[in-house]
Amino acid sequence: MKILVQEAAFDAGAELNDFTKAQSSMGAVVSFTGIVRDLDAGLKQMDIEHYPGMTERALEKIASDAMGRWNLGDVLVIHRFGALKPEDVIMMVATASKHRKVAFEAADFLMDFLKSRAPFWKKEQTGAAQDWVSSKQEDENALTRWE
Amino acid sequence: MNVLYFAWVRERIGLPKEQIETSAATVMDLVEELRAREERYALAFSDLSALRVAVDQDLSDFDASLEGVREIAFFPPMTGG
Repeated sequence: MKILVQEAAFDAGAELNDFTKAQSSMGAVVSFTGIVRDLDAGLKQMDIEHYPGMTERALEKIASDAMGRWNLGDVLVIHRFGALKPEDVIMMVATASKHRKVAFEAADFLMDFLKSRAPFWKKEQTGAAQDWVSSKQEDENALTRWE
Repeated sequence: MNVLYFAWVRERIGLPKEQIETSAATVMDLVEELRAREERYALAFSDLSALRVAVDQDLSDFDASLEGVREIAFFPPMTGG
């Protein structure tokens, strides 16, 4: 398991290549990359706050839960904090498994829990206005399918 | 006990962290103590359904015991990913 919580930008392609090369006897690697979106074309900046210490613990637990639930070769989680701009990469996850279905499912599981169980908070700046992003009930509901 | 605040809870209370001497038995008792302090706390803790709590860096509940606890954090629902 590799879990990184960092302010610095990272190269999602290079990370994915390194992750893929490090596997042995794995037939499938699935990755997800999250990007700062600007759906209404007014976003100036996205600030991501987190809870140092708890963030790492929460991500380790989510990744360990995935490793315990599926037969995975490895799990990668990288999540940034600080000031990000539209089109910046926020985070990525990758999973490796012998088979495609398991790798997809585990990546989906990681993302569902990362959304609402890892202590990150997003704040959007659009011009003069600043607003904390609200959590979505659908994100909370998504967790029930893994019970 | 260290009490931490994040996101809009931090902004409403006006500080990220404080040391509080308390004999509160549960998280809810501590919330009541804080609410009684000042308006900004009462405002931040006005709707508990909009808040989450972590006890020693584990997500917890408002009825959780504070016995032996060193750190407690209040924040809105998380929006990672």
